[in-house]
This record gives sequence, structure tokens and C-alpha cells, in this order.
Amino acid sequence: MPLLHTMGSIGHVTPQKMAFEAPLPLKSGASLAGYQLVYETYGRLNAARSNAVLVCHALNASHHVAGTHAGQDKSEGWWDNLVGPGKPLDTNRFFVIGVNNLGSCFGSTGPMQTNPATDRPWGADFPVVTVEDWVDAQARLLDRLGIDQLAAVLGGSLGGMQALSWTLRHPERVGECIAVATAPNLSAQNIAFNEVARRAIITDPDFHGGHFYAHGVLPRRGLRVARMIGHITYLSDDSMEEKFGRQMRAAELGYSTQDIEFQIESYLRYQGDKFSEYFDANTYLLITRALDYFDPASAFGGDLSAAFATARGKRFTVVSFTTDWRFSPARSREIVKALVDNRIAVTYAEIAAPHGHDAFLLEDPRYHGLLRATFDRIAAGLASCM
Amino acid sequence: MHVTTEMQLVADLVPAGARVLDLGCGDGALLAHLQQAKGCSGYGVEIDDHNVLACARRGVNVVQLNLEDGLALFEDRSFDVVLQLQTLQHLRNTEKMLRETARVGRFGIVSFPNFAHWPNRLSVLRGRMPVTRTLPYEWYDTPNIRVGTFADFEVLALRNGLTILDSFGFHAGQAVRRWPNLRASVAVFKIERG
Repeated sequence: MPLLHTMGSIGHVTPQKMAFEAPLPLKSGASLAGYQLVYETYGRLNAARSNAVLVCHALNASHHVAGTHAGQDKSEGWWDNLVGPGKPLDTNRFFVIGVNNLGSCFGSTGPMQTNPATDRPWGADFPVVTVEDWVDAQARLLDRLGIDQLAAVLGGSLGGMQALSWTLRHPERVGECIAVATAPNLSAQNIAFNEVARRAIITDPDFHGGHFYAHGVLPRRGLRVARMIGHITYLSDDSMEEKFGRQMRAAELGYSTQDIEFQIESYLRYQGDKFSEYFDANTYLLITRALDYFDPASAFGGDLSAAFATARGKRFTVVSFTTDWRFSPARSREIVKALVDNRIAVTYAEIAAPHGHDAFLLEDPRYHGLLRATFDRIAAGLASCM
Repeated sequence: MHVTTEMQLVADLVPAGARVLDLGCGDGALLAHLQQAKGCSGYGVEIDDHNVLACARRGVNVVQLNLEDGLALFEDRSFDVVLQLQTLQHLRNTEKMLRETARVGRFGIVSFPNFAHWPNRLSVLRGRMPVTRTLPYEWYDTPNIRVGTFADFEVLALRNGLTILDSFGFHAGQAVRRWPNLRASVAVFKIERG
């Protein structure tokens, strides 16, 4: 860490790697023999090793939660507005950990990396990983970092599912769980959106059954369409209307069925292009599958309350956004009901933000105020335990 | 923490160690008091962002919900006591909420402004709607969409199959047990499902 940094920013951060020799048993029954995780940490672990907060990432994010990478413009971490000195998750008080999940494409073992068994990239042969597998891998990383207990685990969307899963798989290692804009499982409509995205990728002629690396091509078209449909579902109808409405690029109609005419088309294509340059197609398939599969109630005959019995004694903060139709407040209320049924401590906030699912990454003062109050309370609890 | 006498009067009705659901819990002061002074546990329900934040700061459990949407989140008889203090007068679904209160808790405690308090009667006699400490709003901008009296509530409770276990008035920091319909600005009822 540099000695001087701008107020509120962590400054330059350096990703680290940890290699694991012991095979990781996966939920599917398969196991991953030898893997590496890329992670970043911010702030200092205290002497009692009690101030660690794990931040779990969603579909297209990574271990790079906050700060910047030296020599790279615009390299702020994906949750930089929340994590840093003096920010709601204050790195002056907490030791914050971001981990790139297995199967992702930002340095942790995934489809782009070499399969030791074949000496070729894993590609489509990378084993299907689940939220539970990610959580177990994260737990092993904590073991190696010498952290028995997390002060809190935090995540939004798919990251929120991991935060919830922590309290079910390793409840003894979690103080508090903060789950934002998430759901206890995906609805049929949600799985349907994922399936459209996957079909776009798989039917791209450059996909080659997931082994496109050997052909020196990337299924960019598929990835673009996948990102476009995803992006539509992350925004609310209102915010899209306000941002783009029916604005056109030219004054006159072009009477073209193929050119970009509406600004929303231009925006979606731009997002798709950008995404297809940095994201791996096999990772997209794997992570959307992990989303589809997450369903902690399924092992309890669909009874979510029974699933959360293990989380007794924890404290939860659950946040949803009123205009989020991909992970709607009703889904968060299902989580809250399961907690209340188990008499588990919970703060549930339903933030009237206009931005849809994306709101969890934005800086709404009510939302950030609530997380700040939550982390202040957790920090005060740590201080009184010292 | 500042505990008002009205808060203390209600707290006295809550058994030690009870599981409490506080509908319209405000900043969570009463729940925090019940937790600390009487070893109670439970949840608050609140719609206002600032109040939800205040509860989070105190570490009081809070669920942000609109009471008009009902209490589907809570199972039958899952609480010992359901508090509905100074909330009823703001709700459209008055009867439904009363029945929900009785469904979710073993007993409920309800309080609301008593419109039959004598200064209110005088005001109406003079031809004007009352504006008082308990009813501080003009008729055209009041959030109190239900105005009822101590005596009215007895009829409503009966109509909804609720038994009144105790009832009294409250005024100027004192419980009012004699002629509460006339002498109290606030009505307090302890009810259970018939």
C-alpha cells in the first residue's frame, strides 16, 4: 500500500495468487485437482484476526473489488464506491478480501487455463462449478490466510447467493451476512434469460463446442448478444426510458432494418462489443449455470426456512431495490421470511431506487447509509470484544 | 435512551422475555427498550427509510414493509405480543390489520388518538375540526385517514371477533382509567383473538 493516497481511495492494489494442491470436491461429484485462486486484500488484518470481510462477486466481476491497478487508466474496482478508507466498508477498520471464483476468466483456474490432464485449455471440459463449490474454495483460501472467522460476508446478486451460502455451509465461520439484490433461487423467467444468452454463445460458429481457443477465434457475436440481453434485465424500464427514450442518432428515419438508429441500440451494441473483448464465453456459460443451480431449499423439499436453520445465531442484512425486476423485492422477502421463521436477526431494507438491478453497484445514499450503519455496528462490536 | 411515559406504560403490558412484533416501530426505541429492560426479542416493521436506518444503527431487527400489504411474512401465533402503536389511524385496511395482529400474536396492543377526548368534542361543537397535541394536523393535510374514538374501537373489536383483555386511556403522561373516552387523548387496547 502506498503511504499517501487520495482521500477515499485505496490507491494502487496488486492481485495475489494462491495455489492449492488438495483436490476440491465439487457438488457435481467431480473434483478439481490442483487449482489457483487470484485475490486482492485491502486494509490490515487485526491482531485478533477478527476484522476480515469477504466480498463475493457476481457474474462478470472479479477479485478486483476496489482501488486501481498501477499503470492502468480507469481500473477502479467494481465496488470502489463502497470499499475504501472512510467508505461504508471502511478499509481503515476492516480487512477486505475479494476472490476471483473458480471457472471465471480473471486469473483463477478456469476454462481458459491449461488442463493438466491434456495440456490444452480446459475450454468446455472445465467441470461445472456451483455457488457451494465457490464458497468451499473461498473457505480454503481463508484457511491459508489464517482467518477462522469472518466479521461479515457481503455480496450482491450472484455474490449475494454466495454470502447466503456461507451461512448455510460454514455458519461457524461467519459473523454477519449482507445479501444485496439477490434471491433464494432463480425463477423460470430468470433461467430463461440465461438460456437465451447461452444459446447465443453456443450457436456462434466461432464457438467450436467450447474449444475455440485452439482455432484462434473467439465467439464474439454470441458474447455480444448474451451481454445485450443481460444488460436489458439489469436496468429498469424507467431508467432506460430516461436515459435513452426514443432518441435517434439521425434526424430522419433511415428505413434500415440493420443499421443502428435508436440510441438504445447503439448503447447495447457498445456494451456487447466491450464485453466480448474481455470476457470468456465458457465462463459465461459456467457462471450462468451456477446461477440457475443455486437453490438451497431444494435439499429440504423446497422449504427455505428449513434450509436456514443452520444460520441461527447469525445476523443478516438483506437489501432489495424496488425497480429490480431481475431479483425483485419479493424474492428478498422470501429470504427474510425464512430468517424470521428461524428467529434470526435481520435488517431488511427495500430501497426505492430507480435503477433496477444495477442499483446495487450504484451510490444511493439510503443504500450506502444503511451499509455504513451496518459496518459501523459490526466494527463497534469488534472493538468491544478486544 | 429516552423512554417516554407512554412507552413505559406499553412496556409494562409486555411480559418479560416476550417475542414482540412492533408494527410501525419507528426508530426502534421501544423495541430496544424492551430488549434491554425486559429481555424481549423480535422484529419491527417500518416503511420509512430514515426509521429503518435508525433501527439498523441500534441493532434492532427491522423489516421494511408497507403494512397495507398485510403480514404474510409472519406465521400464525409466531409472536407473544404484536404492538400496533399510533399506526392504525394511518392505514386503509384497518380491519384487516386488526385481524392480522390477532392472527400473528397471542395478544395485541393497539393505540390511537381518541377523537372523543373532550377538547376535540368542544372544537367540533364550535364547528371546527380539532387541532391538538395528539391531533396536530389540519383536516385537509392530516395523515390520520381514520379518526375514531375509544368507544368506537370497542364496537370494532367486537365486530372482528376480538376480545378486549384490557383498555385504558392515556393523557399528559398518565394512564386514564376513569371515563377514558372523555378524558384521554390516546386510547390503548390489549386484545386477543376471540
